[in-house]
Amino acid sequence: MKIILFIIQKEFKQIFRNKSMLPIIFILPLLQLVILSNAASFEVKNIKFSYVDHDHSAASRELIRTFQSSDYFDIIAEFPSKKEANLQMQKGNVDVILEIPIHFERNLIKQNYTNLSVSINAIDGAAAGVSNVYITQIISSFNQSIKMRLQIYNQGNEVQPENILTIPSFWYNKNLNYKIFMVPGILVLIVTMLSLFLSSMNIVREKEMGTLEQINVTPIKKHQFIIGKLFPFWILGLVILTVGLIIAKVLFNVPILGNIFLIYLFTSIYLILILGIGLFISNHTETQQQAMFIAWFFTVIFILMSGLFTPIESMPSWAQKVTLLNPIRYFVEVIRMVMLKGAGFNDIKSQLVIIAIYAFAINGFAVWSYKKTN
Amino acid sequence: MVFETLQVSIIIMNKEKIIQVEKLTKTFGNFTAVKGITFDVYKGEIFGFLGANGAGKTTAMKMLIGISNPTSGKAIVAGLDVATQSDLVKMNIGYMSQKFSLYDDLTVNENITFFGGIYGLSRKQIKEKSIQLVEELEMQNVANNLVGALPLGWKQKLSFSVALLHEPKIVFLDEPTGGVDPITRRQFWEMIYTQAHKGTTIFVTTHYMDEAEYCDRVSIMVDGVIEALDTPKNLKQQFKVNSMNDVFLKLARNIE
Repeated sequence: MKIILFIIQKEFKQIFRNKSMLPIIFILPLLQLVILSNAASFEVKNIKFSYVDHDHSAASRELIRTFQSSDYFDIIAEFPSKKEANLQMQKGNVDVILEIPIHFERNLIKQNYTNLSVSINAIDGAAAGVSNVYITQIISSFNQSIKMRLQIYNQGNEVQPENILTIPSFWYNKNLNYKIFMVPGILVLIVTMLSLFLSSMNIVREKEMGTLEQINVTPIKKHQFIIGKLFPFWILGLVILTVGLIIAKVLFNVPILGNIFLIYLFTSIYLILILGIGLFISNHTETQQQAMFIAWFFTVIFILMSGLFTPIESMPSWAQKVTLLNPIRYFVEVIRMVMLKGAGFNDIKSQLVIIAIYAFAINGFAVWSYKKTN
Repeated sequence: MVFETLQVSIIIMNKEKIIQVEKLTKTFGNFTAVKGITFDVYKGEIFGFLGANGAGKTTAMKMLIGISNPTSGKAIVAGLDVATQSDLVKMNIGYMSQKFSLYDDLTVNENITFFGGIYGLSRKQIKEKSIQLVEELEMQNVANNLVGALPLGWKQKLSFSVALLHEPKIVFLDEPTGGVDPITRRQFWEMIYTQAHKGTTIFVTTHYMDEAEYCDRVSIMVDGVIEALDTPKNLKQQFKVNSMNDVFLKLARNIE
């Protein structure tokens, strides 16, 4: 125990002495949190909207007005023909072309039925999907109001207009605040990345400098060295979490509905797992560069398969199974559950158990593969 | 001359063996770096472990200090088997590598504290040792400076003293004076002598043949085998030359 304290003392001295690392450790992640939380959003705004109106009727003008009154669309231009509109879309000047056919209004009134053509630039598939939903909603609300009016026009006659086809969509919640949803997730990424990178480069750095050989010639025990080396980063991870939570609360007004100690309980076990992965990387690399690339490889996979940016439910089933091995996935789930839903201990128990088992296995493996002699 | 040689052999006969190496071998894949070397080192002597680059010195030394497992053969260091009791061996030895291996980003005192600490010294002992050590090295003015800012010669002297912090029975020095100026080299050897007089065994590798002359006994390793082992005086007689430099050249050339 005494020996471990000497190592911890030395590690902290080295961390705080490194004047170029300090801002990297403390300032950069928090800048990331502030910037990413503001930038990373699924909301699509300022959609460049254009239309081709072959009808020039009261109904067609009203439809376009509905789009004009929406916050999400910028009416860029009206084109005389679809051909010209297509040309502009190819140039990237417009995202959406709404084509209103000739006799739009007449067909609506006489046949209770008409078609609209919508072209969406789908180079960014996700944004196109969101645009599609917005457009569908606007058209469906237009549909409702025109129905009412048709009924008024045709008073006396029983009219059941079924008219414009729309796809119902339930998943889009207009009132959902993306920041509240994203901030906890991004905080998870930052805590993970920081502790993984620092720990994976730490022991390999001593290898590069030649001090590890000196350590290996001392009678120090493996576990003493490893605990002494990793403990400071465990503390650092919790400090970053704390600062991040304060920023989430103060700057983004993210609610913390559940018990905050549950988040700390989960994070403290989660960090042991991440530091174990870092240690494992450190053991099996010879230079900081190698360690960096391997840590980066894992980070990218963990992030993209965490369910933070793409929903796990929409992944192919093999990928869904892979996410079960992804620690970030569980942390994102837990932090959102506790902060936004106010989940209690029993709700996060299964995630906690899984992470604890992983932590135990990875660290056991990492300690076993750390060799003082070869 | 005859008298001196006699004296050396009497000293040797009276002393116990502190390192016993028997048919020690290390193989990496198809390459055998150390080919069954056998030799003894006696307590309190300065043992020079010489050889050209790539002769297998460092590999042999790594086995003796317990950071490399022998492929076959046996090595007993301070009465302990390096293959099975490496942690106990490590308690009894000090090591200073050719690559400077204190922490550049810690001060002189912090390095002493850290290495004292991991050898299990108490805070009180460490405090006393630091004061004493800094005084001996005349580093009072730089005790709180970062080690990285010290000249190489100072670093090496500090490194040697740190390797002695836990009062080991044997100190292994791997090319300790590489790249150091002649005056510092001289001072360094004075430190080695002082320590040897206190009864510490010194096991040293070097490429400087004048330093080989300072050793009690010298072994010369060529291509993984110990080709010669005796006092510098006897070796010179044996090869009928005037300096250790010529002994070394003769052995190395014969092989080529």
